[in-house]
Amino acid sequence: MSNSYIPYSAIIDDITVETEDASLKTFKLVIENEEERMAWRHNPGQFAMISVPGKGESPIGIASSPTEAGSVLFTIFKIGSVTTALHEMEKGERVGLRGPMGNGFPVDTAFKGKNIVIIGGGYAFTTLRATIAYLLANRQDYGHITVIYGSRSPGMLLYRSELEQWAKRGDISMNVTVDRQAPGWEGLVGFVPTITEKVAPSPENAVAMVCGPPIMIKFTMPPLEKIGWKDEQMYFSLENRMKCGLGVCGHCTCGPLYVCKDGPVLTRTQLKGLPVEF
Amino acid sequence: MKTIFLNEKELLALLASWCETFDVYAPNDGKGEDAACSVIGWGKIASKEEFYGVLPDKIAKGVHKTSIKPFFFPQPETLVTFTSDNKPCAPLANTVGQKRLILGVRPCDARSVMLNAMPYRDDPYYQANQNKTVLVGVGCNEKAITCFCEKTGGSPLGTDGLDILITTLGTGFALEALTNQGDELLGSQGAALDEALLAEFTKRRESFAADAQKANSTPSLKGKDLMSLYQSKIWQDLSQSCINCGACTFLCPTCYCFDIQDEAIRKDKGSSNACACGTGGCACDAPSVRRIRYWDSCMFPLFTKHASGHNPRGTKEHRVRNRFMHKLKYFPDRFGALSCVGCGRCIRECPVNIDIREVMTTLLAVD
Ligand SMILES: Cc1cc2nc3c(=O)[nH]c(=O)nc-3n(C[C@H](O)[C@H](O)[C@H](O)COP(=O)(O)OP(=O)(O)OC[C@H]3O[C@@H](n4cnc5c(N)ncnc54)[C@H](O)[C@@H]3O)c2cc1C
Ligand code: SF4
Ligand code: FES
Repeated sequence: MSNSYIPYSAIIDDITVETEDASLKTFKLVIENEEERMAWRHNPGQFAMISVPGKGESPIGIASSPTEAGSVLFTIFKIGSVTTALHEMEKGERVGLRGPMGNGFPVDTAFKGKNIVIIGGGYAFTTLRATIAYLLANRQDYGHITVIYGSRSPGMLLYRSELEQWAKRGDISMNVTVDRQAPGWEGLVGFVPTITEKVAPSPENAVAMVCGPPIMIKFTMPPLEKIGWKDEQMYFSLENRMKCGLGVCGHCTCGPLYVCKDGPVLTRTQLKGLPVEF
Repeated sequence: MKTIFLNEKELLALLASWCETFDVYAPNDGKGEDAACSVIGWGKIASKEEFYGVLPDKIAKGVHKTSIKPFFFPQPETLVTFTSDNKPCAPLANTVGQKRLILGVRPCDARSVMLNAMPYRDDPYYQANQNKTVLVGVGCNEKAITCFCEKTGGSPLGTDGLDILITTLGTGFALEALTNQGDELLGSQGAALDEALLAEFTKRRESFAADAQKANSTPSLKGKDLMSLYQSKIWQDLSQSCINCGACTFLCPTCYCFDIQDEAIRKDKGSSNACACGTGGCACDAPSVRRIRYWDSCMFPLFTKHASGHNPRGTKEHRVRNRFMHKLKYFPDRFGALSCVGCGRCIRECPVNIDIREVMTTLLAVD
């Protein structure tokens, strides 16, 4: 029997400070053992447990696409004991990596051939970055791709240089917005729901992924519903507290559902049939 | 699989013979404590004399104070160790060590081991603990006032999870082999039941089984609509008196939630520095961190609290509801059986007299 509690040893190969307040950093991890590194497979939308021995483990969404092989990216917000310890680590140091876990977005099944809408706010954009990179690497398999991504200010946007590169491509519609006008900002201004109202495409043959703070999600629903989006076309990703990531320890449950195993990705139809415990 | 008949003297001799190949544990009324399993209420049997007190007709009716959960789910259990440069080591310490035989297990407790093995199907630690343990049960002739195994799908003579079941019969004991291992342990001892004993044995088993089938509330609960149960008004009243002490979850044989924490191994403080793999010959024979799991409870607010402070089960009502819904609806919907074996420990020890039987009755009345 394999032992899913033993993490892989991974080396921090690179660290990028993402935001002006340095509260978010992207860690590029490389699994030390070559065989394990080659065997690693994940789906966009899955997560992994990152551990700092002595501090503990935290579930973190995978920010890189499976098409970016050889390393795995995680963008981490500094908030508690594990994430602070991670922020204090340097290039070359060793961490534990357990996963991948959860279901991820159905990019190879339900999403194939569809028009794709990606709506993200704040640092929930991490697994959406993984998804965008995957869709672009397999561009011929999907219809129109529309991205709506917002943050408080330009300095709080993740993946700035990639956002710029994507905006230059002709095959993806990028709508990056900030809450308030800021010096030097030439992009959109306004909250994600407002921008959604302006640019949201028709629901025909389409799916949408909506990830962000609860308040953003709440106000993004009405403009989508207004133009005919149905519950089963909308995908969310839950973030319950987790420990094992294997559907055993009970921490992540949302009613009968184990978010770590049955989720974290759920359609709005699935969510509506569940107790509101997220 | 055979069933044999033994008198008291023969049974004592058989039990003593098991001590040669197993560490044998039996209920000890809280006398003594075994550090290896941190089991209070279950002790290692060292001599023939000690067996006398644990013969099926001598132990008190009802369940023992604590369940056998700690044998399968040690408190705490090391999952992984790390060296000072953060290298993990494969921990399989719990697969080594002497095989254990637990004697005097009530059918409800044995059933809990089988039920917990469903969510723990891919858990190498639980599976290893199960593989090295033989369960010898003792059927219940008489129930305690807090017993209700039949309502949960069990029976006083239930055999789920057991290797051997011993029941008092006539002037002696019937020993029923339920697994190959149980069959082997009975060896060529004793005689088969004679016709009269067999008839009595079969009649008793059948009448218990019929009662149990009638009383079992599992099918009705599975038939209920989940959201109707969840949204029922009963949770607010029920949770009012609860103090979220978590005693129920710790005593319960079928509560299996856990937390994982890292612990620094401080040699200067005299803590053990054995590597979790237990082989002694691995690369990390001087680990500096131990990752452990230990029992946790959905009754505690921290169980679900996010780092941001947001708590999806932030109220007592949420938490009490979760415990009962998990046992009586979520688990049965997923695994087919209630996550309760009717042992009654939570009823016996709850400081505010919350009674799961009343909760079941109330839920069964929800349309
Ligand atoms: C599926 C999923 C994906 C996530 N993706 C990201 C991501 O990409 N980037 C990011 O910065 N954060 C992400 N989070 C949140 C992140 O897991 C928590 O912020 C982090 O666990 C806090 O740990 P801590 O030790 O710093 O905080 P502490 O408050 O010290 O937490 C102690 C322990 O509690 C648990 N815990 C606390 N809060 C949470 C929480 N919100 N979610 C899950 N477990 C928690 C963890 O086991 C943690 O080790 C994700 C959470 C989930 C469930
Ligand atoms: S819920 Fe109560 S009665 Fe049921 S198995 Fe647990 S402790 Fe025993
Ligand atoms: S995190 Fe342990 S069950 Fe989901």
